[in-house]
Order: sequence, then structure tokens, then C-alpha cells
Amino acid sequence: MKNKKIFLFLSIYFLYFLIPNNVYAMHIMEGFLPVKWTIIWFIVSIPFILIGIRRMNRICKDDINMKMLLGLCGAFVFVLSSLKIPSVTGSCSHPTGVGLGAILFGPMIASVLALIVLIFQALLLAHGGITTLGANVFSMGIAGPIAAYGIYKLFSKGKKSKSLSIFLAAAIGDLVTYIVTSIQLGVAFPSEIGGVIASVTKFLSIFAVTQIPLAISEGLLTVIVYNLLTQYNKDELQQLAAIRGDK
Amino acid sequence: MMFKRNLLIIFIVIILAIIPLVVKKDAEFGGADGLAEEYINTLDPDYEPWFNSIWEPPSGEIESLLFALQAAIGSGFIFYFFGYYMGKRRRMAD
Repeated sequence: MKNKKIFLFLSIYFLYFLIPNNVYAMHIMEGFLPVKWTIIWFIVSIPFILIGIRRMNRICKDDINMKMLLGLCGAFVFVLSSLKIPSVTGSCSHPTGVGLGAILFGPMIASVLALIVLIFQALLLAHGGITTLGANVFSMGIAGPIAAYGIYKLFSKGKKSKSLSIFLAAAIGDLVTYIVTSIQLGVAFPSEIGGVIASVTKFLSIFAVTQIPLAISEGLLTVIVYNLLTQYNKDELQQLAAIRGDK
Repeated sequence: MMFKRNLLIIFIVIILAIIPLVVKKDAEFGGADGLAEEYINTLDPDYEPWFNSIWEPPSGEIESLLFALQAAIGSGFIFYFFGYYMGKRRRMAD
């Protein structure tokens, strides 16, 4: 039974090698969004960050265990977004790691964690950028976490496997980040033939396809951390579930 | 039980990362965001990035140093976290 599943999984995975893209996938590069879009994405992202900071202060104030758990989520984003992993398209990309924070603390707080890592990478690594920060925060810190949180909420109803819902939430959240990146670039640079849709499709083939196996890895790694948390931090998980209003 | 399960998951993640290296031996595995950049150039040849990175790591070595630092800071905290709570639980159980 289990072997069959693994076999199915591997065959789908190998099919995927037939896609002949040799492309790269990461955040939007410094200066590569026109000024208009730079401003728009900053305006869209700022409210989420402000709400996130307020929620963070409320949940973590005077609670050392919540602070530790928040630190764990931030550290997870740090590690995962530093790992450039080879993908089947013959290029490298990195996971985002924001799924864990979104599942535990909600998408707004995950936005703040993403912001911190994106600033670190933009200033020290010339990866992403300060002018594209708004757009990158939106894709990695808002759209991805909202998708992850929504999927987690959807699947955690009823008696479905907890691990499966965590896996799907983190993996799809990761993919959504790069889908949104493609849309952001496509909207800013519409193709002469075919317009916005044509260039979004092209950017999707650049950014999103490479990401699929990495999204799977991110889902799996998030499950490991969650497994460990259920073993050692039951009380804190229950406390957070109460804050989220889980049933 | 949980430990074995986690080990199995880590193993799958490693396999997922190794397979591309084996199957696509000739690929470049570039990490730059070059292709999106190239494609923007074909879409809008006149487009000039209007802002450059304030500071860029002077070499690939320095860049990998900073990426390793980022990973080290992150994993350092993750293992501190689990060590702390593992010890706390054990003490409460005694």
C-alpha cells in the first residue's frame, strides 16, 4: 500500500523532468519593477505589516514561550530561504519557510517574519531588493501565508490527518508565492503579443515550475518541525489554537 | 516512532534534492535571477533598472559566507529551541 503510493509519487516526479526549462526562480530583482508598481506594492503591503506587528506584540507580550515559538518560526524562514536547492528544471531556487509561521500564528505575523528576512537578503546579499521589497513582501509574506493559512484551516476541519494538512498548507503556500511573483512581473511587463496573460504565462514557466519540487520539500520539512512541536510543546500549540479559534 | 518517521521525511527531502543533480547532469544549476531579467529585456528593451543594490557581496565566496551565516543563525536557534523544551519536559517528568 505504502510502496504503491511512493511508486506513484516517483513516477509523477520523473514525468516532471520532461519539462525542458533551464531557468531561475527567486525574488524580484532590485530596480526591476517600474516605479508605479513599486509604489503600489508598498501601499498594499504596509497595512498587513502594521497589523502583523500589533498582533505579534499582543500574543507575545509577557509570554516567554510564545516568544520562543515565534523565534522558531522566524529561524525556520531564515534557514529555508537560505537554502538554494537544485530543481528538476536544471536551476536552483529556495523555499520560503513562511508556511510554519502562518499556520501557527496566522498570516499577518508571518508577513513580519518575511519582511525581516527579505530586508536581510536585500541589504547583505543583493538578493531581491529594497525597491522591490513591497512586491516581494506581498508575494512571500502575504499571498503565500494567506494561502497556507486558508488551506490549513480548510483541511484541519473534521478528522483529516494533521500531517497532511500541514504538508499541503506549507507546500501550496510556497507555490503561491512564486505564482504571485510571476503575476507581479507579468502585469508590470505585458508582452506586445498576447499582453499581460502571455507574459504572466512566461514568468510562470520561469518562476513557478522550478518551485514545484522545492514546495514539496518545504511541506515535508514543515511537517517535521510540527511533529517535534506536538511532542515537546503541546501546551503552546493548544494556546495558539485557542487564539486562532480552531475547533 | 516519531523519530523514525522524521528521519524518513528528511531522507525523502535529501533524495528530492539529489535527483535533479543526477538526472540533469549537464544543467548549469545557476542561482542568479538572470532568466527573468533576460525575458524582461526582450519584452521591454528600453527598460533600465532604476535602482541598483546598495551593496553587493564582492565575490561568490563572500556571498556564500553570508548565506551560510543566515542558515547558521536560523538552525542555531531551531536546535536551541528544541534542546530547551526537550530538557524542560524531561525535568518535569522526573
